[in-house]
Amino acid sequence: MLGKSNVSDKLFDLMNYTLLCLIFVVTFYPFWNILVVSLNDATDAVRGGLYLWPRDFTLASYKSIFRNQELLGSINVTVLRTVIGTPLSVLAICMMAYSLSKRELIAWRFFTLFFIFTMYFGGGLIPTYMIIKSLGLIDSFWVYIFPGLIGVFLMILVRTFIEQLPPELEESAKIDGANELEIFIRLILPLCVPVLATIALFIGIGHWNSWYDSYIYTYKPELKTLQAVLVKILNQFQTGAMVSEADQLANSSKRTPVSGESIRMAVTMVATLPIILVYPFIQRFFVKGMMMGAIKS
Amino acid sequence: METAVQPIRQKSATPARTIKRRLIEQRYLLLMLLPALIWAALFAYLPMVGLYMAFVNYQPSLGDFWNQLFHSEFVGMYWFDYFFNNGDFYIIMRNTLASTLLTLLVSFPAPIIIAIALNEVKNAFFKRTVQTVSYLPHFISWVIAANIIVTVLSSDGIVNKLLQWLHITDQSILFLQEGKYFWWIVAIGNTWKEMGYSSIIYLAAISSINLELYEAAKVDGAGRFKQIIYVTLPHLKPTIVILLILSLGGVLNAGFDQHFLLGNGMTQEYSDVLSTYSFRYGLQNSMFSYASAVGLFNSVVAFLIIVIVNFSSKKLNNQSLF
Repeated sequence: MLGKSNVSDKLFDLMNYTLLCLIFVVTFYPFWNILVVSLNDATDAVRGGLYLWPRDFTLASYKSIFRNQELLGSINVTVLRTVIGTPLSVLAICMMAYSLSKRELIAWRFFTLFFIFTMYFGGGLIPTYMIIKSLGLIDSFWVYIFPGLIGVFLMILVRTFIEQLPPELEESAKIDGANELEIFIRLILPLCVPVLATIALFIGIGHWNSWYDSYIYTYKPELKTLQAVLVKILNQFQTGAMVSEADQLANSSKRTPVSGESIRMAVTMVATLPIILVYPFIQRFFVKGMMMGAIKS
Repeated sequence: METAVQPIRQKSATPARTIKRRLIEQRYLLLMLLPALIWAALFAYLPMVGLYMAFVNYQPSLGDFWNQLFHSEFVGMYWFDYFFNNGDFYIIMRNTLASTLLTLLVSFPAPIIIAIALNEVKNAFFKRTVQTVSYLPHFISWVIAANIIVTVLSSDGIVNKLLQWLHITDQSILFLQEGKYFWWIVAIGNTWKEMGYSSIIYLAAISSINLELYEAAKVDGAGRFKQIIYVTLPHLKPTIVILLILSLGGVLNAGFDQHFLLGNGMTQEYSDVLSTYSFRYGLQNSMFSYASAVGLFNSVVAFLIIVIVNFSSKKLNNQSLF
């Protein structure tokens, strides 16, 4: 009996580790493969068969990215919107969460429903586009900041956190004569750092990853975000245009001719790398954040 | 009568004074709420007003949007009729539902399996490594994910090479150029992207299970597999039910990015969903009113589904989402 269960337990372990190794490979390998192709000589890469290691190692693709004005500009725009947009959103969401954490706020129920409703119903693409247009935000950098300023779901996360803070802290500050603005700045903001870091992370990654607003609301090439440029490259690759965007990019840097495939991989890598690099440091935060969200729902 | 009026007038006077006093007292709170209020008014509620577009024949010209909107010819339900009767409705709904339901079918069990499998691992380093790597696809954009999927499925990509090596096919399959594969590609792509991350919630639920239950099951002679069937899964049931309800609520939101980025002219008959269809007609063909009507149809039905799902979950589980 004991022997039999030992054997079946061993078998279970074997299956389990196999499954998890498979998941590891399936999620890890695509990233690795992109890195490999991007680091390989482009003309050689066309031959295919690049799987685990670059055959003909070179940084030419990356060099040509950093010589290309359009791509450099788009990296700039993406960094700028992330750096400007994230703190603004975090602050606005936190202020909103603090106000809405006060049940005694005038028309509290109305305000809460007013925001919650926007989570479930919206005007949809075309009316939103028209409003953005009539607000003069087309071809403006601020179209990246304002329409996405508030995340109601993130606000709920912060509000839950604020509601769990001991009320005595605030009461004693009030006795010392502090008004709500002072309480918010001196007390609530510092105490909320863990949850704010969590939402800052989500918002920051959202900014870094977004392409859609750039794709539909901006026409000026100098306002395009990195991911929007990548969409263009992908589209051209997919439709198999004779002279693809990637090829054009490649040939604009005359010294080293690079074919489209390697450039596409290198741009993909440049767009992915910042996330992979900050990722190990932030993992704790988002697991915690996700748990908080789970408790709420 | 006379005596009754007096207290009423007093009552109505007091709240007015209190409201004014409360407004002053809470001025900082209201001030802090102001950015969010402006945001919601401009970017959430104004577009809802703009939905009026769906009921008129809006002609794009250079004039002011609102002025033009309210001077456009009112056509009532014309655009909705047009959508339901021109033959596209069937294809778009088929694609939307097929895509979301197939995604649900493939992607729903995956995180449960991953969480259970991870929980059975004793080697902490291995566990953490698999976890970390499996969350990663969640954090990249769909643009990058689509780039990866296109690469992996290309004619000399790893999937084709693998299929040839296993002698399943001897010619490269052009996955992204044939409609019949499209729903599967989206379903598996969605699963690949989200399975690791979604497993976090199940892992949290598993970690709250009392270890003594496993001990008791072991004493009763249950092997590892039976422990999962009789201890872990029953404890996961509430979480599974909630998440299933949540995902049923989103059955009409197929996701714009994956369909737009992975679809192309050759697969359009299978890749076109409500959101991409509305995008195509609105922003690419400038049929603004028609596209708004399609969008409004989508929003209303999606909203109704959420309300119904919420109501049923309240009845069935005593758990509601809002």
